[in-house]
Amino acid sequence: MSLLTPPQITGTAVRPGDRNFRFTTTVAGIAVLGVLAAIAAFLVWQSIPALQNNTGNVFTNQQWLPDADPPEWGIAVLIFGTLWTSLIAMVLAVPIGIGTALFITFYAPRRIARTLGFVVDLLAAVPSIIFGLWGLYYFMPQIVPAAQWLSTYLGWIPFFSNDLDLYTKSILIAGFVLAIMILPTVSAISREVFWQVPKGHIEASLALGATRWEMIRMSVLPFSRPGMISAAMLGLGRALGETIAVALILSAVFEINWQITEPGGNSIAANIALKWGEAAANGRSALIATGMALFFITLLVNMTARWVVNRRRDFSGAN
Amino acid sequence: MDLRSDIHAPLSPADDPLRLTGRRLPRWAPVGALAVALLVGLFVQLTQVTVLGLAPVVVVVLVFLLTYTGWTLAVEGRRHAADRFATALIFSAAILALVPLLWILVTVIYKGVTVLSVNFLFVDTMRNVNPRAAGGGVAHAVLGTLQQVGLATLISVPIGLLTAIYLSEYGRGRLARSINFFVDVMTGIPSIVAGMFIYTFWILTLGFPQSGFAAGLALTILMIPVVVRSAEEMLRIVPNELREGALALGIPKYRVIIKVVLPTAISGIITGVMLAIARVTGETAPLLLTTFLAQDINWNAFDGSQASLPTFIWDQIGRGTQSSLDRAWAGALTLILIVLFFYATARILAARYAPKER
Amino acid sequence: MPSAHRVSKRVIALGVVASALVISGCGSSTSVNPAIPAAEAAVAAGDVECVDGRIQAAGSSAQANAITQWVNVYQTACPQSTIDYQPVGSGAGVEAFLSEQVSFAGTDSAVEDEDMDAAIKRCGGDPAINIPLVGGAIAVVYHLDGVDSLILDPPTLAAIFSSEITRWDDPAIVALNPDAELPDAAIAQFHRSDSSGTTANFSDYLEATAPDAWDYDTGKEWTAPGGQGARGSDQVSASVAQTPNSIGYVELSYLIDAINTKPVAIDQGGGPVPPTAQNASITLASSTASGENGNIVLAIDYTTTVPNAYPISIVTYEIVCTTGLPDSQNPALVAEFLAFAASNSGQELLGQIGYVPLSGDLLAEVRASVDLVMKGAGR
Repeated sequence: MSLLTPPQITGTAVRPGDRNFRFTTTVAGIAVLGVLAAIAAFLVWQSIPALQNNTGNVFTNQQWLPDADPPEWGIAVLIFGTLWTSLIAMVLAVPIGIGTALFITFYAPRRIARTLGFVVDLLAAVPSIIFGLWGLYYFMPQIVPAAQWLSTYLGWIPFFSNDLDLYTKSILIAGFVLAIMILPTVSAISREVFWQVPKGHIEASLALGATRWEMIRMSVLPFSRPGMISAAMLGLGRALGETIAVALILSAVFEINWQITEPGGNSIAANIALKWGEAAANGRSALIATGMALFFITLLVNMTARWVVNRRRDFSGAN
Repeated sequence: MDLRSDIHAPLSPADDPLRLTGRRLPRWAPVGALAVALLVGLFVQLTQVTVLGLAPVVVVVLVFLLTYTGWTLAVEGRRHAADRFATALIFSAAILALVPLLWILVTVIYKGVTVLSVNFLFVDTMRNVNPRAAGGGVAHAVLGTLQQVGLATLISVPIGLLTAIYLSEYGRGRLARSINFFVDVMTGIPSIVAGMFIYTFWILTLGFPQSGFAAGLALTILMIPVVVRSAEEMLRIVPNELREGALALGIPKYRVIIKVVLPTAISGIITGVMLAIARVTGETAPLLLTTFLAQDINWNAFDGSQASLPTFIWDQIGRGTQSSLDRAWAGALTLILIVLFFYATARILAARYAPKER
Repeated sequence: MPSAHRVSKRVIALGVVASALVISGCGSSTSVNPAIPAAEAAVAAGDVECVDGRIQAAGSSAQANAITQWVNVYQTACPQSTIDYQPVGSGAGVEAFLSEQVSFAGTDSAVEDEDMDAAIKRCGGDPAINIPLVGGAIAVVYHLDGVDSLILDPPTLAAIFSSEITRWDDPAIVALNPDAELPDAAIAQFHRSDSSGTTANFSDYLEATAPDAWDYDTGKEWTAPGGQGARGSDQVSASVAQTPNSIGYVELSYLIDAINTKPVAIDQGGGPVPPTAQNASITLASSTASGENGNIVLAIDYTTTVPNAYPISIVTYEIVCTTGLPDSQNPALVAEFLAFAASNSGQELLGQIGYVPLSGDLLAEVRASVDLVMKGAGR
């Protein structure tokens, strides 16, 4: 950088304009950090009342009665539901997202690749309430046969079984819609990672007679593995916090439900949307406590993902 | 390929000692396999014979994969079979990824156009509209959404842009690295958490009422990281020669940034801002916590309840009558049109001004 | 006092006609919806007194459609008035009232205890009162193809909704419906997944009438095991419509458009009673009101055996200041709006949209309370 500094002909004085401008930009940068810290601080602070007068164990209790007297609530059901729906979304979205990214990067002609990339990114611009509306009224009736098939033929696997013979509003359907919502995230980041694979590696393997798949398997995937993991985790981060679509689609019950084809399940974010309006002061404080848990979970997931990506960026000296 | 075949007529290509490539499937192999699969699918469809209860479409896909891979395995060997199998799967993934968007767009347009009209968009509100009756409009909600997103843009663009300038032009060392890192992390904050923060901070702690401005603040939290990230990327690709040239003329650095670097990157920055706007326009969850629904136009975003398109849709879904559901779909179409407008503008700008891709 | 003016009956009538002309003449110049049912124009002239200005109110979503109906009629008669009722939920509504953001709040259960203290403080130390203005009923709805009427008693209801009875051909159901062809199928039971006053009232009812069969908590959260959750009465109603062999509970107004869905007649000793506005109104009229100085808290007699009284009836309240509402929040408009709601025209409107009009002594008491608010506002 020192090369870029102009030679200081008039002495060492820093121009006041320069100093002020630099100061302003630094303050803006610090403000961004401050916002993040403030989010954590305010959520913790406002959730203290409900945490203090809770008569249930916050981690294990499976009730949601924060406005009862005495209040009794826990987040076990919510955390389980959040992770379970997001996991199903990941199982569906990650292979398809990576497949799409591979197609765009290595298979499609340039024109088609660009169009497809645009279209998949466009999916990210669809508001979540529209996913919810569409999922509830149009997607769900179409996907029910798939759920029925799973429980009929794979019902011997415990979480596919369906004792109720009802297949709507299930964790599986919520997972499907979430998968569609995180597909652009997974696909876009994988695409970016695949671009970073050194051309030399690709050409070398092709020159050695590898088929295209062998090239991908032996030079692209090993190089991109950390990037793909973080793409999946960033998708997970988005799925964890999705509110409206899940609130509209899932039949929320307050119990731990492994059965993914049956109605029932819950998530932290959807629970907030469902309970906020009728909650009294303590109920809101409890909901804020669950929001705090969601915040820290997504923070952890995102930090891990970013850390992996950044480490990769720093050390990918291959090109 | 078979240059010598006229000389050694009986020799089959596989036996040719000078041949470099193995036996290949004909070029029409994928189409052939697909034809076989479609025939089987047609058979299943017509005879209603079900294998393991699978739908005809699924049967077609499975039969195609089996025939295609099996055929390659027989003719070209294991390596090529794996290659073709993977290719088929990757193509399927790409096609599958296209389905939802098209499906959603078609659904929203099909359901939305019946109610949508100029009056619905720009004139009518829900004032005096009976939930069971048809009619009404989204003028109040469009206004609210534009004001709230506008306020969020007004706040987040300066902060985001300055942060981006700091990161690309000044920032070195630990502070810059951590800002850089946490901006990335902030892009992943769930929107309902942003709404909850503004609720606890602005409404509970500072005691302001729910308002359009509170919604704007929540959207700001979501917009800032997107603006920072895209603006910083744009600033970084401004060639260093430009900076050096200007600095060499003795121009102060801040003027170089304002007069040279920013104008060079401005189209890219605008693109990023547009994308950020498109992203937050459809956010529903934070608005549920920070605004009250209104049925009528409220020009003042700082006082009183103000509607917005996402909360309008949410409200209408919950009213549970056929006409309110129709209104919800028309609202959804309106929302998607607004979002796509921002998105398309951003993309067109980007395509026109972006530097060459790799 | 904000710009309040009394209007003679004739002026009101003219106003209604004039606004009707405006609507038909150039509908685009105002945002008034032309599709308001004709019944709304038939408001008895003396029941609406206009006050200009704007008030905000918020609260219960159970009474949203009732208030919307009143607001539409009132605003049509008084184009200079705006009443902004936001159905954000009882909790959020009361909270907004206590923090002085809204002029009054609608709530599914009467405001009491600490919240009442806070409400009095919010009204500048003057009394705050609950006024039950919107009556309703909870219908238990079922979807059984080929079964046109179904009778249940409280213990059976409680057993069904707590998953003790899980099949439609259970002897307890058969005994109550000897003639119905009940299928050999599992019962799909739906309840509200969001916090809701409807759930609170329904579980209160089960606890009061079938204490042996129902040993779960009452309150806004559904706590009994089993069954599926659905968000809002609209989704419960839609789920029952979509799911054969299902049962659920919704507000009466959701019966109007329902398909495939029929209401259960409740029999608690006085013969089976189907849910209708009229039948629920009988229960409300025979319930006992408590509270003093205008505050009315209704204890509904869930165990009623009065002929044709539909027992699962509810009222929802408005919490208001009698005096002490700051002028900036337009107490005159609040008072006049409540007076319209409690008037004959206001209550008749309720019956048309699936709510239950108040009647008899209860309505007289409600009007006395509204008069207190009117006096407080200097009307």
